[in-house]
Amino acid sequence: MQVTSPVRPPLVTGGKKAADVTNDICKQVEGKPTKVWLVAMGISLITLAFGAYCLGTLWWEGLGLWGLNKTIGWSWDITNFVWWVGIGHAGTLISAILLLFRQKWRTSINRAAEAMTIFAVLCAATFILAHMGRPWLAHWALPLPNTYGSLWVNFNSALVWDVFAISTYLTVSIVFWYVGLIPDFATIRERATGVRRVIYGMLSFGWTGKAKDWSRFEAVSLVLAGLSTPLVLSVHTIVSMDFATSIIPGWHTTIFPPYFVAGAIFSGFAMVQTLMLITRVVYKLEDYITLEHIESMNKIILLTGSIVGIAYITEFFIAAYSGAPYEKFTFINRAFGPYWWAYAAMMSCNVISPQFFWFKKLRRNLVLSFILSIVVNIGMWFERFVIICTSLNRDFLPSSWAMFYPTFYDIGVYMFTFGFFFTCFLLFAKYFPVINMAEVKTIIKSSSGNKESH
Amino acid sequence: MSKENTKIYWKGIEELSGDPDFLKNASNEFPEYVPLKEQQGDYISEGTSRRDFLKMLGFGLGAVTLAACEAPVKKAIPYLNKPEEIEPGIANYYASTYVDGGDFCSVLVKTREGRPIKIEGNSLCPISKGGTTARVQASVLSLYDSTRLQSFYKGKDKPLQPSEYDAFDTEIINALSLASNIRIVSQTILSPTTRAVIQKFKEKYTSTEHVVYDASSAYGILQANKLMFGKYVIPSYDFSKADVIVSFGADFLGTWISPVEYARQYVSTRRLGKSKKTMSKHYQFETNLSLTGSNADIRVPIKPSEEALYVATLYNAIAANKLNIEEKKNDVLKKVADLLNANKGRSIVVCGSNDVNVQLMINEINRALGNYGTTIDLNQPSYQRQGDDERMNKFIDEVKSKAVDAVIFYGANPVYDHPRGAELAEALKSVKVKISFNERMDETTSLCDYVAPDHHYLESWGDAMPKKGIYTLMQPTINPVYKSRSAQESLLKWAGINTDYYSFLSNYWKSSILNGASWEKSLHDGVFVKTSEPTNENNADKKDKNNQNNNDASDSTKTIESVDWSKVEEAIKVYKTSEWELKLYEKVGIGWGSQAANPWLQELPDPISKATWDNYIAVNMVDAQNRGWKQGDVKKLTANGASVTLPILIQPGQTRGTVSVAIGYGRVIDGKRKVIGENAFKLADTKGGYVSFNVTDVKIEDTGDFRQLAQTQTHHTIMSRPIIQDATFEDYLKNPSAGRFIPMITTPDGKKKPKEVSLWEKEHDKPNHLWQMSIDLNACIGCGACVISCQAENNVPVVGRDEVLRRREMHWIRIDRYYSSDADSKSKDPQEKYFNTNYNEMEIPAEYPQVTFMPMMCQHCNHAPCETVCPVAATTHSSEGLNQMAYNRCFGTRYCANNCPYKVRRFNWFKYFDNRERFPENIAMNTDMGRMVLNPDVTVRSRGVMEKCSMCVQRIQEGKLKAKKEKRPVKDGEIKTACMSACPTQCIIFGDINDKESAVYQEKRVENAERVYAVLEELNVQPNVEYLTKIRNI
Repeated sequence: MQVTSPVRPPLVTGGKKAADVTNDICKQVEGKPTKVWLVAMGISLITLAFGAYCLGTLWWEGLGLWGLNKTIGWSWDITNFVWWVGIGHAGTLISAILLLFRQKWRTSINRAAEAMTIFAVLCAATFILAHMGRPWLAHWALPLPNTYGSLWVNFNSALVWDVFAISTYLTVSIVFWYVGLIPDFATIRERATGVRRVIYGMLSFGWTGKAKDWSRFEAVSLVLAGLSTPLVLSVHTIVSMDFATSIIPGWHTTIFPPYFVAGAIFSGFAMVQTLMLITRVVYKLEDYITLEHIESMNKIILLTGSIVGIAYITEFFIAAYSGAPYEKFTFINRAFGPYWWAYAAMMSCNVISPQFFWFKKLRRNLVLSFILSIVVNIGMWFERFVIICTSLNRDFLPSSWAMFYPTFYDIGVYMFTFGFFFTCFLLFAKYFPVINMAEVKTIIKSSSGNKESH
Repeated sequence: MSKENTKIYWKGIEELSGDPDFLKNASNEFPEYVPLKEQQGDYISEGTSRRDFLKMLGFGLGAVTLAACEAPVKKAIPYLNKPEEIEPGIANYYASTYVDGGDFCSVLVKTREGRPIKIEGNSLCPISKGGTTARVQASVLSLYDSTRLQSFYKGKDKPLQPSEYDAFDTEIINALSLASNIRIVSQTILSPTTRAVIQKFKEKYTSTEHVVYDASSAYGILQANKLMFGKYVIPSYDFSKADVIVSFGADFLGTWISPVEYARQYVSTRRLGKSKKTMSKHYQFETNLSLTGSNADIRVPIKPSEEALYVATLYNAIAANKLNIEEKKNDVLKKVADLLNANKGRSIVVCGSNDVNVQLMINEINRALGNYGTTIDLNQPSYQRQGDDERMNKFIDEVKSKAVDAVIFYGANPVYDHPRGAELAEALKSVKVKISFNERMDETTSLCDYVAPDHHYLESWGDAMPKKGIYTLMQPTINPVYKSRSAQESLLKWAGINTDYYSFLSNYWKSSILNGASWEKSLHDGVFVKTSEPTNENNADKKDKNNQNNNDASDSTKTIESVDWSKVEEAIKVYKTSEWELKLYEKVGIGWGSQAANPWLQELPDPISKATWDNYIAVNMVDAQNRGWKQGDVKKLTANGASVTLPILIQPGQTRGTVSVAIGYGRVIDGKRKVIGENAFKLADTKGGYVSFNVTDVKIEDTGDFRQLAQTQTHHTIMSRPIIQDATFEDYLKNPSAGRFIPMITTPDGKKKPKEVSLWEKEHDKPNHLWQMSIDLNACIGCGACVISCQAENNVPVVGRDEVLRRREMHWIRIDRYYSSDADSKSKDPQEKYFNTNYNEMEIPAEYPQVTFMPMMCQHCNHAPCETVCPVAATTHSSEGLNQMAYNRCFGTRYCANNCPYKVRRFNWFKYFDNRERFPENIAMNTDMGRMVLNPDVTVRSRGVMEKCSMCVQRIQEGKLKAKKEKRPVKDGEIKTACMSACPTQCIIFGDINDKESAVYQEKRVENAERVYAVLEELNVQPNVEYLTKIRNI
């Protein structure tokens, strides 16, 4: 039986015991794919195939298929890149920073959040490749030994920092995620038979569940958490430097690093929220992902959304205060120029909509949480579009001012990443334990209850 | 012992136990079973050894590998005997002459391995002085145009079929000898030798008459001079001697008669510096915003119908005898009159009208001002327009009345470029023999029976006499690309003279022109100036007469005939205004359409509207607003019984109540296809036999269609940014740095110049050279010759209309054109003048704006923002100050282009070469012939890489190598970038700033040190390209 603390509500409800946890989570992995899953997978695969066609055509014909031009060299490509990288941040934040802060409630959601991180970073990486004129030479961005003499990458370039940041982030995230999965794979292995047992056996790296295993596991988790923590801050900081170190008004802004990190967490939490709200209903995990979780997430969304809002206002203030005339124009142009609608979308989605979460009732409202989590991600997409496109479209020389109009292929390649993301996520949800069983078991507080009953 | 002897040594238990199986093989070298033998045996039995196997393997691999590789088709054919003058990799230059009707330019043709690849100006020519135009620059691509006729055609019974010459010639000679009324129709013929050839032809066929007309006619001037001075000529104009320049609709910098010559003269009056503090004042009265009008100090928008009255008003203010007319009340006109009267002999008044009465008034104004002998010279006339509109009109009537048996079209396409072309086309059916020398199956040629395509000028021998006493030669720089024959040779052959044209030409020159001077030298220089003119004036005069039209033979006196001014008075009163008036005009790039098939010219943005690949109706802003018209709305415009359906373009500067349409569009270039836009010649007025481009009674109707115009610039105002820094002449005289915006950066140590605030402690040394450029905004007229020159030099692809619409033109140099806005600050204080914040109002250009041109290319920043952001260091800085692109290293992140504050970097969005399906317009990279024009010294860029102006690094390298071989430092002026060498006004100066004697140093540091500014100086990117302030004489 479950012991309810008088001080704080339980993190897992429904009187779950350790065995219940195992059953509830493994059930999804062991059962036959459900109809809902199959339909979702079908849609994802169709989207992926359509996107793959667009991406393939793009690589075959050239970037001219996109709507870019001589003035606007980046638009949807880098918008989508930053958007996906930003989304990824929530996973790392939940698993690493919240681990260090001993926020136990994270255990129910960190697994899925980390998976989302990895898939989102892969989607972002797609755009790194896709936006290149000659993607087959992408390895040139790495400081590899070569036969061209002392030809090295340009360490001055923020894009090179980006390469390091993203690749480090991806590696650490995958390792962290996988290490966490090992005990759970072992659990599944123990329950499985036949081929499944072999596969999960291999995946679990011979986990035996000895005290020594656990001690090493904990140590590695802590080390990886320590490694990941700076990444939460550094990755988006470096992404923001792609813009901040340039000279284009609207990009050349020192506020970008904190502003981007806040934005990333904002959008990441929104994305986790979207996914978790679906998963908990479909997999009937309401006892693990409780209203408390949703409320906590909404609080973070409210906080980061407000930080982002302050950043927007600060930018405007600085544009006026700095006396830099080009900067001033850029910001007026953002709000009132030809892309005013994108700016309006950004402001209303990112700054105004999270303010609903000041009210407890709304914070705990599932439908509103779901809608707003999507609204926030739309808003964050527009934020990146506003930063990238409305800074470039009217920069220094009015003779070169131009507009960007997306094409079929701009949309298609964006669709590709959606197809990829959801295909991966659905595979994950079906074949991997979506909730960290081992860790959840530590917080169900059933052991003390058992002890008393003896 | 025995015990020891019985000791048994055994290797295995089998040996010890004496296993029979073991013992059987025990004595063999390999007791164990070795299957080798059996196996070999097996193989041998099938006839294969290891050797064979290896052989077969080797062959198989080789065969498969070979079959997998498609042997490349090599189209290069090595020389059997290397021609003496051709050194692979070294360019040869030949002097020649670009002639297109009356358009003239003396050129040097750069050839590589025997093929012309680039046109340069010939600085020895006293007329063009090394300048060129966009059309001259682009003509080299027309040579390789595969839509040119590739053989002779014959088709007495339609359709025309390819034919061989032999049968052709006899047939034509037979036909001609039967004809009793032969007409040769041509545009202005500058070539004295061609005139001699025609003379020979006339001697054989005595009924021949030569009809000369010009698509862009100056008959009004010719006729006025004939009436007034008895000379059917265009005078030599010298704008360089004029302090006051007044033009009524004459686009003398862009298209009027001899723009290269005039631009050079004009700009010499506009240049300023320490040693020159004078500047001409230029007034322009015109309907459409022309290149000249956009350079004028004061521009007055007038309606076509008002032109005559404006001229008459000025006439009354200046000439002795007044006309009885209702004078125009215009303050500017009054001022102009006062100014002209104050600058007698130091002024010039020109007019583009083709009305003889207007031109008579202009003549009288100039005479009253004493400009003849100073700025206008009738003694050295120009022959660049000889066309006789009335004769042409008569010719069409003759054809209609079936009075012509045979007609030969030589370089003329009247069905297209004469307003009565449609009538002529209909009437031509009745002409028995119709011969064309045109190089393509154009509107006129496709109606002919015989087509004997003439050479392109780069394939032919020839000459020109653009002005009295100035002769230039044309020489072939390549074997004829297609089966063509020079028209002169055809005419000679038909006249029964079997000499080739080269012999005829050299004989004619030796006997009639050179007077003993060296033929070789003339050929080498391309120009021969007859200095002995005064001594045999009679001779020359006679020759001139021969060279002129038949109908001016009666003029023998030099006395000025009396002009019947009452007639002029009457003529002025004829002009009536109407709701809509139309001005037909020539575009700088397209002209009258002779090179309409040239994609370089089609993609050259119009200097004013920046539109490419389209013809349009230019409409005044207010008119469009009042009627709710949007740019791109397709309208049907009807005038003189013909109509065109074209999109509208809202054009600041266009007079209210008027519209303008450019001629030269809607050409048929290969018998079938009509290229772009509509033919506007048919809208022209032909009242009284004069072709007039001023048209009244114009109707405009809606069609409901829409066609977006592909402009390379869609934002037109400068938004009060100090990118263009300008001042009035008055202020300049007080302070040479007037208009300069000097940004200061606030630092803890007080205000500093941007250059003094740097992250870096010291600059990289530029020990040898530091290549810099100076661009004088006062000298740039915006003509676009540099754009095409750069395109030819640097293998810049053509991308086509759709891609221009997507804003992806590839030009490495562009000319930014800015209109002023009514919201611009009128303040002279730089602090107030720049950076206003009424953004919305400033976006709207003034109805009649001031115009500024700014050539913009890679600024080669010494602190280049593009260089630091490239992840792979594909763009780097040289120790000579050049911003370099390593195409091979670039993988196309476009970060550099984003970070370029000047937006001069161009990305290869597609593969532009060998991609005919997507880029059929890019003939220079997508057709076998077109590829011959590519410059072998410059890489054709692949898709996915960034490119931009290299400051013609290949030319710098060539110059440096040459100097090195000769063991001397590089001389200033030895290396010229393509833009600099093409510029007719020399507004671009390139050189080594480390060389204190260099022109660029002198210009930027000595002569105009106060005027020099770097665009966006506050960014401290330290460009190597700098500009001189624009000074307006307002």
